[in-house]
Amino acid sequence: MGDTQLSIAITGAGGAGVISCGELLLKAWAHCGGRGLLRKAFGPQIRGGEAAALLKFTRHEVYTAAAHYDIIVALDWANFERFQDEIVAGPNTVVVCEDSERIPASLRGLPVIQLAFAQLASRSHPEGRMNMVAAGLLGRALQLPQSALLEQALTRLAKKPEAYREGARACIEAGYAEPANIDLPLPSRDASGAWCITGNQAAGFGALSAGVRFAAAYPITPASDALEWLAGGLEAVGGHLVQAEDELAAINMTIGAAFGGVPAFTATSGPGLALMSESIGLAVASETPLTLLNVMRGGPSTGIPTKSEQSDLDIALYGLHGDAPHLVLAALDIPDCAFATGWAVQLAQALQVPAIVLSDQFLGQSTAVVAPPRLPSAFSPGDTTAPPSNEYLRYRLTASGVSTLAHPGDADARYTADGLEHNERGTPSARASDHHEQLDKRRRKLETFDFGADWGRCDGTGDTALVSFGSASAAADEAAARLAERGTSVRTVALRLLAPLPLAGLERALAGCSRVVVVEQNHGAQLYHYLKGRLNLPLESLAIPGPVPLNPETIAEVVGARQVT
Amino acid sequence: MNEPIAVTPKSFKSAVKPIWCPGCGHFSVLNAITKAMAALAIDKDNSVLVSGIGCSSRLPAYVDTYGFHGVHGRGLAVAQGLKVARPELTVVALGGDGDGFSIGGNHFLHACRRNVNLVYIAMDNEVYGMTKGQASPTTPSDWSHSKLTPHGPGVRPFKPAAIALAAGAPWIARGYSGNPNQMAKLIAEAIAFEGFSFIHVLSQCITFCPEQTDWKAIVHERSEPPVDSAEQAARLFLADDGFATGVLYREARATWPPLSHPSKDESEALTDLAAAFGA
Repeated sequence: MGDTQLSIAITGAGGAGVISCGELLLKAWAHCGGRGLLRKAFGPQIRGGEAAALLKFTRHEVYTAAAHYDIIVALDWANFERFQDEIVAGPNTVVVCEDSERIPASLRGLPVIQLAFAQLASRSHPEGRMNMVAAGLLGRALQLPQSALLEQALTRLAKKPEAYREGARACIEAGYAEPANIDLPLPSRDASGAWCITGNQAAGFGALSAGVRFAAAYPITPASDALEWLAGGLEAVGGHLVQAEDELAAINMTIGAAFGGVPAFTATSGPGLALMSESIGLAVASETPLTLLNVMRGGPSTGIPTKSEQSDLDIALYGLHGDAPHLVLAALDIPDCAFATGWAVQLAQALQVPAIVLSDQFLGQSTAVVAPPRLPSAFSPGDTTAPPSNEYLRYRLTASGVSTLAHPGDADARYTADGLEHNERGTPSARASDHHEQLDKRRRKLETFDFGADWGRCDGTGDTALVSFGSASAAADEAAARLAERGTSVRTVALRLLAPLPLAGLERALAGCSRVVVVEQNHGAQLYHYLKGRLNLPLESLAIPGPVPLNPETIAEVVGARQVT
Repeated sequence: MNEPIAVTPKSFKSAVKPIWCPGCGHFSVLNAITKAMAALAIDKDNSVLVSGIGCSSRLPAYVDTYGFHGVHGRGLAVAQGLKVARPELTVVALGGDGDGFSIGGNHFLHACRRNVNLVYIAMDNEVYGMTKGQASPTTPSDWSHSKLTPHGPGVRPFKPAAIALAAGAPWIARGYSGNPNQMAKLIAEAIAFEGFSFIHVLSQCITFCPEQTDWKAIVHERSEPPVDSAEQAARLFLADDGFATGVLYREARATWPPLSHPSKDESEALTDLAAAFGA
């Protein structure tokens, strides 16, 4: 990418505060005009296990995880092996640790700075903590003013006892004053006005901005924090969030609110999506608009709940029973979680269908320093005129397939919404003609709608194209940039709209390509198989399962090689 | 909405004809609902009946209010989402014993404890009628008329009123399809009550359980006023033969969610939320 980047991994036992340390450094860096990314990696236990703050400091917005780390800080080596696939050393890596005897095999032979974190912390203040010593040390390595670090620490600890703040101050100062010499080239810091935001927060913000005023929530990793953000967000705008007893209740409460005319939202991850599937079919049949954010994790079953994968595409596309046309979208990067979710809310309302937005643990739980996210422009929900005749036909057959949607409270438009097949009035019907007409109508809504230019993001020129969706697109973009540096120019096409598949746009974007590589983070090549049945182009698959983020260099090597396995 | 209309029970019936068998107790529940709505002069445009799946869950289409006929067991969840989002509406959830106590049992428990201000009418005929006569959670353990459980279900029947009490429901009544006038009064009182009001209706299915015609001789109307403490209600339900009708228990309790009072207007609140992301 040309620009200098600096990557830092901070690991330690759960409770050592490595995530707090990473957040503090990223925020101070952002405050001083830098850009960057914090990826959070957790062991299987949320508390009391182990954690890693995986940081990337940049000049421009770069949404891929670092492939290797320039500085690896271990507050301790507890269970480091659980991260050893993800925390990889590069050519100039420096290891900072207290216990150099226990450096794991994968990191031996690297330059080591030995630092007595525990002793420095306790000597600095009775409430001193190692993570703040590390924050001071790394803050200086990043050439951040000590005042910026202190300001972030004091803000974070504003509601804690005074002694905690004093402890943090003393430890940051002690770390900052360490003579340890970490001298690595740094990216410039010359942009201001940034936001620090996770994909899950961005999705919640996008939903709220697009008019969502009701959410139902059942906790699941890694989607819970989207719902937690919305709990406060909805309260602030006079909306409501209900914690449901299970995902079956969550999706049906969402349907109930939406039937009442209040734009409604829920979020979950793979296992929860499976539980919700029956009722998403109800939303299709009853033509009830709703938006569901699915933050993907490693599957199947409980799988790897704390780590990322793009393996729910199949269930999102095909998981409903019957012929059930619905929307599937994917957020392309962390700030795009706001746009994609907001757009999904608008589309769901306009087309009276359920919309599934795919995100993943990497997008959802990483914090990015970015320009304020783009949101979809204000949207007219289309024909909402009063019913023209005495008899209101809720499921009237129209050219667009969309019929006027009345809500309880509207005068003289009373009807019963139904998951049973029905006629135009909504009365249950098992007649072939009603079934065929309503099937056609529901499909027509998606087929005739003009989704415009936001269906995807296309860039570059060349005979070869990289096609991806969701978080894989950042890795594909970076691979394309590396290939360009090596003299090969390729196109990138990232799909924000997956169902209905924007075939015309996709064919235009790929016209003339002799080679199309479908890049995705799963084992089954789910996007590849979806496209293969629909695109008459030479497709190749590059599907790599999680949980380690896709490495742009791997993609560049595969694409750059003449023979592809 | 503003035209003067004759508020008769009949005016609350829709044009859709019920699919129920002759002699089904659910006709009587339908009549009691329209009678109660007429008595309260309910605003049809601001009322919603919500149901799951089963014979009884077909009822919303037969009433001229808004309605939502969802999937099996989830009517209460739809109803709670609707009522929380639109608190000004009158919301009545209804369904059968299989829908409410088996596949939807978890929602029943949590609706009782959540105490959203709505009515839940469980039309209990102790059988899965729509799937042609299988044992339900309330079927007597020795009922051997289903090929699925030819020796009877062999497990203790579910006690809807006692379980509602244990789960925290603040208003519990029992009605009988053979006494639609009493049932209409119960429904009217349930709609007027502030909180989750649960009506357990003994609604006979003579198609699959002809022995339920005997209920007429067994039901007995409770003459005392409803008990008003959970402790007394627990004693009452332990001694209950399952056939006492009337309002059994009523206790004032704060409903959920509490009224919200946002301190700012929407756009100001959104601006503040955005500003909090600033580096």
